[in-house]
Amino acid sequence: MTIEQISIVGAVVAVSFGAIGPALAEGRAVAAAMEAIARQPESAPSLSRTLFVGLAMIETMAIYCLVVALLILFANPFVHLR
Amino acid sequence: MNQGGRHSPFDLPIVLQLGPIPVTKPVVITWGLVTVLALGSRLLTSRLRVHAGRTQSALELLVTTIEGQLGEIIPDGGRSYLPLLGTMFIFLVFSNVSGIVPGLQAPTAHLETPAALALVVFLAVQVSGFRRHGFLGYLKEFARPSILLLPLNVLSELTRTFSLMIRLFGNIMSGEFIIAIVLGLAGLIVPLPLMGLELLTGLIQAYIFTTLAAVFIAAAVGKEQPT
Repeated sequence: MTIEQISIVGAVVAVSFGAIGPALAEGRAVAAAMEAIARQPESAPSLSRTLFVGLAMIETMAIYCLVVALLILFANPFVHLR
Repeated sequence: MNQGGRHSPFDLPIVLQLGPIPVTKPVVITWGLVTVLALGSRLLTSRLRVHAGRTQSALELLVTTIEGQLGEIIPDGGRSYLPLLGTMFIFLVFSNVSGIVPGLQAPTAHLETPAALALVVFLAVQVSGFRRHGFLGYLKEFARPSILLLPLNVLSELTRTFSLMIRLFGNIMSGEFIIAIVLGLAGLIVPLPLMGLELLTGLIQAYIFTTLAAVFIAAAVGKEQPT
């Protein structure tokens, strides 16, 4: 395989495996927040604010993987552009 | 790798040259946004009255909502951070959704604008911490549970600023990227739902950026350990 093909495979692996963990974590976080809101609807505003911030934190991991994949594809130090 | 008309998200198109300084397209769009926002705010707030009209009521609603949200996060300090964080929120909303206008690109879809904003947040956190606790007092906060955790606290201070930058950049850039790819693959009407989703993402990311900035400031000025 040439370095181009290897880096495409690397980008795919980075995004696909990097999405698994955050997906599971976000599912758990949303499920827990739903349960809490169902139990105590009056605390929904503060819960949803905390949920959003937490989801952003979790999502950052997936975004890191995406950025790594884009770096591999577009700013690869081993591939000389043109 | 980079053939064809596909632009790398790390490329910066240079539109004009000011002496030795190249001026890129996101910078020009940011200038435009800043001008529009400043003139618009000036125009909208130039004739404030006690009996508010329609636009004034909408503005007051916006400002008081932002202030209320900040006040819930930063106890007894929502008002004093309203100018910084409120401006940041409004600028982020406009710059995140500006990619939807044909011919414009969201400035936050390039790494430099989120980096600058995250740097502003970082400095604001440090300055407000110093102002509240004093110089030595704030430095002592870093060695809070034990002196052994000093490097970790400093590291977390840096990495959370970095993640603030990467989060905004990644979300906005990936949205534009996906729209471009779907447009290339499928044609004219198909990316419309994705563009709607991108509007929502832009609003949520502006909210999250501002909320996280407020949380960091609250952690710096409050008694509790910065998270």
